Amino acid sequence: MTPKPPTPQDRSPRRADTSYTSTAKVMHWLMAVLIPATMALGMYLEGLPFSPEKLKLIAWHKWAGVSLFLLVALRLTWRLFHPPPPLPASMAPALRMAAHAGHALLYVLMFAIPLTGWLMSSAKGVPTVWFGVVPIPDLLGKDEALGKLLQATHMYLNWLLAATLVGHIAAALKHHFLDRDDILTRMLPTINRKDRT
Amino acid sequence: MRTLLAAAALAAAMPLAAHAADYTQLQTARSKVGFSFTQMGVTLDGHFERFDGELRFDPAAPESARAVVEVELASIRTGMPDADAEVAGRSWFNIGEFPRARFESSSVKALGGERFEVSGALTIKGRSLPVVVPASFAVRDGVGVFEGEFVIRRGDFAVGEGAWAHFDVVANEVRVRYQISATQ
Repeated sequence: MTPKPPTPQDRSPRRADTSYTSTAKVMHWLMAVLIPATMALGMYLEGLPFSPEKLKLIAWHKWAGVSLFLLVALRLTWRLFHPPPPLPASMAPALRMAAHAGHALLYVLMFAIPLTGWLMSSAKGVPTVWFGVVPIPDLLGKDEALGKLLQATHMYLNWLLAATLVGHIAAALKHHFLDRDDILTRMLPTINRKDRT
Repeated sequence: MRTLLAAAALAAAMPLAAHAADYTQLQTARSKVGFSFTQMGVTLDGHFERFDGELRFDPAAPESARAVVEVELASIRTGMPDADAEVAGRSWFNIGEFPRARFESSSVKALGGERFEVSGALTIKGRSLPVVVPASFAVRDGVGVFEGEFVIRRGDFAVGEGAWAHFDVVANEVRVRYQISATQ
């Protein structure tokens, strides 16, 4: 079954080429909240002594990670059929390339980080049961050394994500306040905008 | 004369033959004591590395069987090093004061088909409670193998006190699984 390419009707609810679809916006802002929260939770529980709270928070962290993994898969699929509006023509070619590379890196990390968490859970011998209901298959057998390696990888990738997010936010603010283009506003909810649809 | 000697030899062997079916030598290297527990909705397996016991089982007279198994709690392997250290502490097993868990049978009921019900007392952390342990028996390569599993509630033995006393993170029910091998 080949999904059909977007037709003009699909894009009619937004001003094509200048704004994101509402679905894309919802997913962006949902992840904008969930990702930093999940990262903060991961960092916080790392330092906790072994306790029921720690086990509870580890479980919630894993559940959030699985949710984010599904969300990014959904988001990329959506993006495939609803391409984002192009960057402003005023942008220098080098900056365009940097913007595309930054977004590509964000997507790679949004996949790689939950994946390393998932693999790490399997290697540590504690499988994930999503919200205590849906068992997630183990991709690896138990292996303590590999578990530690994956834990380190998971952490470094998160630092890289944190740095990339700082760049992402800084770039959005630069576009809004210095370049005065619509890069930031086109991702905002349309509710307060005059071109609301 | 020859017949008489043969008869005497046979007679001498009789008591041995009568006891030949008794399984009395517990083979710890070929035995396992394991368990599974549920933590945040995830069921995990663990086991004990060290245990020993005494056993006497005659398949012809199962009702007279007797079993004692003692488990060295410090040898627990939950699969998580942090958890192994935690359960040694006072709120879990309190291994300093109660290093071993003990099961001692009091009666054995044959259910037919090499299946039995072993009643006895399970003592953990100084608390002794009656338990009924199902057991199946089979001889494999001359070794008698007893197997079974039963569920205990950790709360009944005060295993996991204080912050762990709620069962929302670590469930109350713990499934104990064993395979005890013995030779004659």
